[in-house]
Amino acid sequence: MVVASLAFVEFLVIILARDIYLNGLHIYTLGASSPDLTIPENYIVPVRIILEVDSMSIFMAIISATVSLAAAIYSLSFMKGETGQNRFYTLLLLLVAGMFGMVLTGDLFNLFVFLEIASIAGAALTAFRTKFADTAEGGLKYIVISTVAALMVLFAIGIFYAQYNLINIGALAHVMQYTMLDKIALVLLAIAFMMKLASVPLHMWCPDTYSVAPASITIMLVVASYACLYALFRTCFTLYGVSPDMVTVGWIVITLGMLTMFVGVTMAVFQTDIKRLMAYHCISQTGYMLLGIGVGLAVLNRPEALNTYGIAAMDGGIFHIINNALYKGLLFLTAGALFYRTGTRDLNRMGGLAHKMKWTTIFYIIGALSISGIPPFNGFASKLLIYESVYRFNPILAIVAMITSILTLASFTKAFYSAFMGAELPEYQEVKEVPKSMIAGMAILAAGIIFFSLFPGLVVERLAHPATEALINQGAYISGIMGGGG
Amino acid sequence: MMSKIVRTMASFLILFVLIYGLYIIMHGHSTPGGGFQGGAVVASGVALLIVAFGSHSIHRSLLERRLSILISIGLLIFIGLAFGGMAKTFFYNFLVGSPIFGHIPPSGPNPGEMSSGGVIPIMDIGVGLNVAGGLSAILLVMALATTVMEVEE
Amino acid sequence: MTQGIPFNVPFLAVAALIGIAFYIIVSQRNLIKLVMGLSILASGVNLFLITLGYREGGVAPIYTHAPAGIMVLPVPQALTLTSIVIAVACLALMLSMVVHIYRHTGSTDSEKSRIMKG
Repeated sequence: MVVASLAFVEFLVIILARDIYLNGLHIYTLGASSPDLTIPENYIVPVRIILEVDSMSIFMAIISATVSLAAAIYSLSFMKGETGQNRFYTLLLLLVAGMFGMVLTGDLFNLFVFLEIASIAGAALTAFRTKFADTAEGGLKYIVISTVAALMVLFAIGIFYAQYNLINIGALAHVMQYTMLDKIALVLLAIAFMMKLASVPLHMWCPDTYSVAPASITIMLVVASYACLYALFRTCFTLYGVSPDMVTVGWIVITLGMLTMFVGVTMAVFQTDIKRLMAYHCISQTGYMLLGIGVGLAVLNRPEALNTYGIAAMDGGIFHIINNALYKGLLFLTAGALFYRTGTRDLNRMGGLAHKMKWTTIFYIIGALSISGIPPFNGFASKLLIYESVYRFNPILAIVAMITSILTLASFTKAFYSAFMGAELPEYQEVKEVPKSMIAGMAILAAGIIFFSLFPGLVVERLAHPATEALINQGAYISGIMGGGG
Repeated sequence: MMSKIVRTMASFLILFVLIYGLYIIMHGHSTPGGGFQGGAVVASGVALLIVAFGSHSIHRSLLERRLSILISIGLLIFIGLAFGGMAKTFFYNFLVGSPIFGHIPPSGPNPGEMSSGGVIPIMDIGVGLNVAGGLSAILLVMALATTVMEVEE
Repeated sequence: MTQGIPFNVPFLAVAALIGIAFYIIVSQRNLIKLVMGLSILASGVNLFLITLGYREGGVAPIYTHAPAGIMVLPVPQALTLTSIVIAVACLALMLSMVVHIYRHTGSTDSEKSRIMKG
């Protein structure tokens, strides 16, 4: 039932995506007498809850829909035997709703509400398997971080409301004055979203939470953190747009991205817990996205630089989001499959599982090669875009990014050898392949990776590039709110 | 379980607490209050009962399962009304002008008009059921959890 | 807000609440106190929003028996209410997690009950 509804949602999202590519931005005003009535008569500002969907939003929605479908199918057997199954799926749907709300809304306060919905559902799901001692700890860390982040967002919303009496993103961008208070609000919003993203100075919660959550929930949390990445982009590009400070902001984002990338991967190399290892890689991959987007942000008010390499960097960063959601999701699911059969996450206690779990091994290889940026796979395509464009911006950044990629390959090779290769351990003689629905969940993501590997040009052109255009084109977003209805 | 005086007073006061909660829910659209606030008042009544009678005896008569039915009904009312306006937009107030709560008072101060607000009062009832059920369930489960731990120690 | 109180006092209260909350969150090791700190932080932010809703000479936006005068826009009140609702849900979830941690480890001290390291 849950799977059916999520498949239906995926179908709707794809229809909407096609429509948006053909017709541009969509507006939906909840509760008005017609969907595009953003500003009622006798009002000068938008008053209702407005959903505003452009290419960037729908891009994130596609990711959310695909990954949650895979997660739900995977959960069918993974969570079998847990108590309170109906609560589990209710919370899963709530998390999906939170993510969709975050990426589709056109209103800052709505963003806050859905951020909290996603956080609460995510934390409850992380702590769902209460029979383990460490799950509540991971969940508590997640909810504490989320609450602090969300309250910072709320404070920033308060600052905006105090100055402009508005909370709609498009309308705010329309009247933005770039006062000192606005800068404080930008800092608050950026810190809050970076906290949720597990960007480096605030990444401590991430491995703890990701490693204890059920594997299918971990991948949902990854996507939920990318919804925060989306919110960060929306804030920087649409809300603030072209202003002289964006060079500074861009450099801060680049620096944090580099730090995130490098610290994440160096921490990952030493991990023996397979899911912690992947969680640190997840932090590290977020750095690539921040790098790509940061370069775009830094050159936003230099059109010639923007056209030569800025847009390519942003394409790369955005393409990397969907790639990472797919292969990181696949890797977390294989880790979950190992845990499901062996009962441990410790790499030193695994070994020789390749013969027993053939499908899991194949999926792991696909994911690991893809995340390390080995040529035929999609990870290579997006990383190459980032390397090329970043090299023209600043060569040192590109070199650090490449070193990170090599370290990623190294640590995944290590994990591969200790889990799948080597002598068969006596305690795993009875280990079988995981149930069919778990394979199906992984296969969805693997099929996505292979499709993206075969047609990277098509995906960049049809998915990532329109998203970049939508981010840069601040005017279209504003006129969607202020120009419609009347 | 508290003393007899407390129990008697609690079973007497609970009526007023519940009626006050329901009043806040029903008048939410025209005066301060609404579903959440009224539901919270009702749940505070449940808290009073838990304090007075102990969580175990309350748990016998007020099962979590019944509370979750209450929550589900509340949510169904809310989302059903949201879909009810689907002909125009999601959440469109389709009861405006109709006999049920449909009277539109003139803009400006008025002495209180119960039959206004369209779907808003019905939504308030849904939210009120939901919040009353949810908060009571939370209180009950937490009270039970702490008493179990006291026994263990 | 009555007359005679300077307009800045609520903002000072907001700053004090948020400062205390961050101090508690950073310095206290007891998990229950951590949750209390978050609750104080939420109160501080809510007070901030409510203070913003006040306009000089405005009356509360309730039509029933309303005195004549300019009404304030009820947006901050709605925001605060939503935020309170969310804070309640968060607090309940956090407290139940603390209960679970206490059951598994027998302590609410964040250093003692910590399982994951590194």
